[in-house]
Amino acid sequence: MHELALAQEIVDVVGERSGGAPVTRVVLEVGKLAAVSADALRFCFDLAAEDTVARGARLEIVETPGLARCRACRADVMLEQPYGRCACGASDLQWLSGDSLRILEMEVA
Amino acid sequence: MCATCGCSPHATAAPHTHPHADHPAVEAAHAHSHADHHHDHAHASRLIRLEHEVLARNDALAAANRRRLAERGVVAVNVLASPGAGKTTLLEQTIRALSAEMPLVVIEGDQATEFDADRVRAAGARAVQVITGAGCHLDAAMVARALDELDPPAGALVLIENVGNLVCPALFDLGEVAKVVVASVPEGEDKPLKYPHAFRAADLVVLNKIDLAPHVAFAHERWLAAARTAHPGVDVLSLSATRGDGLGAWYAWLRSRRAAVEAPTA
Repeated sequence: MHELALAQEIVDVVGERSGGAPVTRVVLEVGKLAAVSADALRFCFDLAAEDTVARGARLEIVETPGLARCRACRADVMLEQPYGRCACGASDLQWLSGDSLRILEMEVA
Repeated sequence: MCATCGCSPHATAAPHTHPHADHPAVEAAHAHSHADHHHDHAHASRLIRLEHEVLARNDALAAANRRRLAERGVVAVNVLASPGAGKTTLLEQTIRALSAEMPLVVIEGDQATEFDADRVRAAGARAVQVITGAGCHLDAAMVARALDELDPPAGALVLIENVGNLVCPALFDLGEVAKVVVASVPEGEDKPLKYPHAFRAADLVVLNKIDLAPHVAFAHERWLAAARTAHPGVDVLSLSATRGDGLGAWYAWLRSRRAAVEAPTA
């Protein structure tokens, strides 16, 4: 349940950056390959935000797709999970996107 | 950004004219009811761009740990595994085998108890037990505090036994030079694909308890294929920490990681 630690970090960061103003919305980018459960993160965010300026803030999660490049044939490969196989048969893939875990923006009242 | 009109509600947002109901997100955030006040509809809410990596602070602390260790020629290895894979037994054997040739200290991570720190102390190493409570992993701040307490001597090997968990520890850089995932035969062949993040993050995968292979259904080739699917090309060592098979290769790997770090000049 590392999502709780991540949620606490998100709440800490938005709290510091809001300058004390109530935070009403937080937009997070979570890659499909980021080893983070969006549902667990939402649940933990609400818990972590209690008694902070982010209490009741809406967490919006933008999921980025998993995209990799085959190191053998250079073809692009879409990934639904953190491993896969290129159509050419190779499984040595360089991740291009999908492992991000980033607070994009927030709205303060 | 407002999904209706595309406006960016900065503090100085220009008054705009569409009905308030078009702004459900902002509306929901108002603590007072709409009838409470008259306004030209200049929302007080502001949009603040952050572009902040969630793990940035941990990564910065990990980088500081890494610098601090490198300055003293200290090598830290982060050992990840599920509970019961044999991490502590492997550490005990390693302490007994290598303590005479290098200073060796241990950071133990567990949700509760000092059992593991007691075991590695009995084996002959100084150890700090980090009790994480509800936490399911070690983070770089915990390791920084443990390093303060341990103060590993120049040229030391620091073995960090993470909390028994193949999921969460994979995300948190501690400042180690290498992550080692310890898998074990009784866990079955499919675990590398069930917990791919840990295997992908590993610089070395150790398959422990190979002495149990005759007693459990375990297809070594299938496990190896799964490990190499999760992490193509990853180095793999098979051993039995209790019986001793394969430990020589593990010690050789540790020695090579330590040799790869330049000795401190001072």
